[in-house]
Amino acid sequence: MSLRVMVGVKRVVDYAVKVRVKPDKTGVITDGVKHSMNPFDEIAVEEAVRLKEKNVANEIIAVSCGPAASQETLRTALAMGMDKAIHVEIPQPQYDTMQPIHVAKCLAKLATDYKVDIIILGKQAIDDDCNQTAQMTAGLLDWPQGVYASKIEKDGDLLVVTREVDGGLETVKLKLPAVLSADLRLNEPRYATLPNIMKAKKKPLDKKTPADLGVDLAPRHQVVSIEDPPTRQAGAKVADVDELISRLKALGRI
Amino acid sequence: MALRETRQQVLNLYKNLLYMGRDYPQGYTYFRDRTHRVFSKNKDIDDPEKILQLIQFGEYIMNELKALYFLKKYRTMKNRYYQDPTPITSTQTQDSNKEL
Repeated sequence: MSLRVMVGVKRVVDYAVKVRVKPDKTGVITDGVKHSMNPFDEIAVEEAVRLKEKNVANEIIAVSCGPAASQETLRTALAMGMDKAIHVEIPQPQYDTMQPIHVAKCLAKLATDYKVDIIILGKQAIDDDCNQTAQMTAGLLDWPQGVYASKIEKDGDLLVVTREVDGGLETVKLKLPAVLSADLRLNEPRYATLPNIMKAKKKPLDKKTPADLGVDLAPRHQVVSIEDPPTRQAGAKVADVDELISRLKALGRI
Repeated sequence: MALRETRQQVLNLYKNLLYMGRDYPQGYTYFRDRTHRVFSKNKDIDDPEKILQLIQFGEYIMNELKALYFLKKYRTMKNRYYQDPTPITSTQTQDSNKEL
């Protein structure tokens, strides 16, 4: 069975960077800050590469919606083993107001155009923590979804997905085509070493625009302000248990 | 000439290590200076077997770095996004020693 898998990747501020809020409170400082592929997307890419190694998938494509710099992230995906990449180029001002719904529309259109069988996305992006794109894409395509996947197996014509949910693990069987989202324990992503990055330069990278896909990027949200979380208040020391109780009573806590 | 090949191998190892050094927790400069120092210290070695051993050691270091980067990322993500559910086994007060 020759499946085509599409993986969405996002270029985000590196997970190890201490993020700082811009003085005008419109966002977070991203200029000159180290960026890399979203960790959950790395797990998604690794899963696609493993599916290809197991001969479950025969073509694996990486997609990214973003400004020109997103191509670096696509190169990393290609270096990890993806066959080809598609870059949906979004100009910076539109990218600033882009939301998961817009990405989901782009992915849905690409999935239909390229006749994709499985879409694997990262569970959430570490910069916006939306956790919406996979679910929205499944909704737009009317495909079954296996989100928070910690194990993906193929059983005949179905996908058996083990999901990590609050109560433990849930196993679902999905008909193809389907949308999946990768959770932390799905696999251990490989590191894209320099020789692989060099080889990736020869792999095809298609460019598209939102107009090509017929997607309207008009913002549906308006960011009112972005602020630091409140700083932790210093604690107070009490002399003994009696004082603790009287203080708590005074605060109305007990 | 075998010497030219070995030279190429050593240079590639050095380039690959520097590329990996960009993600080093203590910074690229720290990593680059130390790598340069180690390579310079060994630049006069002639014995091909010894050179091969050192190249293999370099590759071992690369694998150690990959493991370091993966573990650091995994542990950060785990601490940031997941919490160990504390099982409630009795009505007595919970032990505040939660393992993260």
